[in-house]
Amino acid sequence: MNFLRIKSQAAVKRELIPDIAPEKLSAETALMCNEGKRIVSLFGSREDAGVRVYSVLADDEASSLYVSSALVKEGGTYPSITSRLFSAQLFEREIHEEFGIIPEGHPWLKPVRYPGHAADKNLKMEEYPFFIMEGNQVHEVAVGPVHAGVIEPGHFRFMCTGEKVHHLEIQLGYQHRGVEKLMKEKDSVFLSESTAGDTVIGHSLAYCRAKEALSGTEVSDSAEAVRAVMLELERAGVHLGDLSALAGDIAYLPGNAVFGAIRTMIINTSLAICGSRFGRGIIRPGGVVFGIDGDLQEQVNNTLDEYEKKIDLTCSVMFEASSVLSRMQTTGVVDKKTAEEIGMTGMAARASGYEVDCRADHPFGAYTHVPVYKRGMKNGDVFARAYLRYVEIKQSFKLIRELMDYNRNINLMADMKPQQPSMFVVSLTEGWRGEISHCVMTDKEGKIERYKIKDPSFNNWPALALAVRGNGISDFPLCNKSFNLSYCGFDL
Amino acid sequence: MFGIIKVRIMQGDQAIPDVKKAVLNPAFRGFPVISPGCGRLSFDADKICPTGALKNDPVSIDMGKCVFCGECGRACKNAEIEMSYCHHISADSREKLIIKPGDKYLEFEDAAVMARAEIKRLFGRSLKLRQVSAGGCNGCEMELNACTNVNFDMGRFGIDFVASPRHADGIVITGPVTKNMAPALEDTYKAIASPKIIIAAGTCAISGGIFKDSEELDRSFFDRHKVDLYVPGCQVHPLTFVNGVLRFLGHK
Ligand code: SF4
Repeated sequence: MNFLRIKSQAAVKRELIPDIAPEKLSAETALMCNEGKRIVSLFGSREDAGVRVYSVLADDEASSLYVSSALVKEGGTYPSITSRLFSAQLFEREIHEEFGIIPEGHPWLKPVRYPGHAADKNLKMEEYPFFIMEGNQVHEVAVGPVHAGVIEPGHFRFMCTGEKVHHLEIQLGYQHRGVEKLMKEKDSVFLSESTAGDTVIGHSLAYCRAKEALSGTEVSDSAEAVRAVMLELERAGVHLGDLSALAGDIAYLPGNAVFGAIRTMIINTSLAICGSRFGRGIIRPGGVVFGIDGDLQEQVNNTLDEYEKKIDLTCSVMFEASSVLSRMQTTGVVDKKTAEEIGMTGMAARASGYEVDCRADHPFGAYTHVPVYKRGMKNGDVFARAYLRYVEIKQSFKLIRELMDYNRNINLMADMKPQQPSMFVVSLTEGWRGEISHCVMTDKEGKIERYKIKDPSFNNWPALALAVRGNGISDFPLCNKSFNLSYCGFDL
Repeated sequence: MFGIIKVRIMQGDQAIPDVKKAVLNPAFRGFPVISPGCGRLSFDADKICPTGALKNDPVSIDMGKCVFCGECGRACKNAEIEMSYCHHISADSREKLIIKPGDKYLEFEDAAVMARAEIKRLFGRSLKLRQVSAGGCNGCEMELNACTNVNFDMGRFGIDFVASPRHADGIVITGPVTKNMAPALEDTYKAIASPKIIIAAGTCAISGGIFKDSEELDRSFFDRHKVDLYVPGCQVHPLTFVNGVLRFLGHK
């Protein structure tokens, strides 16, 4: 195979990345994935002679990544990967939209987010080519971009007969702020913190570790421990918020109130550490700005002890209530085969039995000392995604306690060395939603030439669309919440 | 049944008893204090500050642009700038958000939001708001949601978020306003019956924040309509929002 084997968060010289024919890149990507690897990222980068397409794959069992590339000339075509490998579909649409090159044979070459669509600049948000279902009894329900609650915008189009949803098409792009382009211009940790506001730590960590790899800067164990503590606090905080919201969606008010209040305590712990409830301002290239000293450490541990008991009690009551189970079980199912086929990631994938977790598969930072054992469920329904959150909260609490042993509160910030020229790095982080990948390339002067972000939402939005098929439309909010995907993280 | 009762007893009363007097953890970064007579900074403001909020010579910090990262405070040799943990930082005009050397929090707080008699009469007991996220990263959105949870519970003052703009008395905008969301924002605002108010929540909404130089924004909404209340923060703290709105409605 014409792929270079690399590791997550280890920079390599760009000249080492194979340059093969586009047909070969397509064929080999599909072949390798059909043999058990998976796509981490597929993206384009502009060069003088055209658009270079990069294919980054993961071999999770061997903790390795593979990368290769092919040059497609401006406005040219190449054989689509999607026709042989479904999980490539959204990546190829994105490349088409950004650069105008055509993946020939792509069965569903629709817009992704319309940022001045390279292939057709006249396309408008309101003219999205929705899939149309015809028939006597068929009706459409259109929702958004502005939704009923205080959430981000996106448009959902349901095709139903009566209450039953046959197909859901999700149109995104409303939140497009041009993050990747700004990243190239500004190279700023602040952009990574605002890529998705519920994944501040996840994205800023991916950014900082990419920068550290590109410059060969070593970060202390203490700093890595604090980073991982923050990442786990973020995971626990969001999962608690989601449990609260899920309980709210099925009108189970005790769960709604209690998890909401406990979440407040957890994110206030983040505030006590770094001054921000969502972890802004702590992760910086070279280390962390704030440590967790003795008193604070005790405070964190006490908080976890106290609230773990409350979480246990509430979960034991909630997950036994028949009214809860009847709404959650067998609702919004994504089976394991589908999860693998469409390339799902993170907690939602694990709830379907597809166990991927970069903390275990591609350990980074403190996770090289403190191992993570993958947790999963089988059923892939709303219940599995809810219950797995509970399991993961407990796992995060346990990890935080273990991580504290590596927290010596010394050398929290290393001096950054200069960024090396003409390098390539893939930085993977397991955010609370799943795998975050930042692929970064530097130019001849060591400045950023291409910054490609992939939020786990990119993998999982198609899963939501499939999960609601055959369900009643009134279960949509519940299904949606059980995934809790990011609009901004997708739209960038 | 007994389980639920046990949970209920464990839960107790979680509401913050007096949201107006509540104090935040000292780690919080809020109102910036610039020492009086601070003329020139010892560092390059443009290099340190990510959004251009910090100006040198004369020194000032625009809270409408500030993301409260605290970098400027750390760059100071003699603690010329310190981010205090004071969080009542909303204001009714853009100018008031610009903090100068020697400005004092209590004086700022006193004058920052003036309750208009008209607003007090119309919305003083009940204010229903429609929220629109226009490129907001979900940070401010989550905090606005938190305003309604059992801790902050702003519903107790008759302030609520509603689903339909037809039921709303005003709009709360978050995010830097992307091109793709600009029409929906305008439509939602138009759908609200007059008289109506506009609240810009979060640094992105107030000034574009960290995204201000992006080509993908369309902030013309703010050229056409006047904002009534600015609520700074990145992300906005729920108590900043609740207290800003309470002041705006004439609560003392
Ligand atoms: S705290 Fe505000 S003024 Fe200071 S550097 Fe950060 S954004 Fe600029």
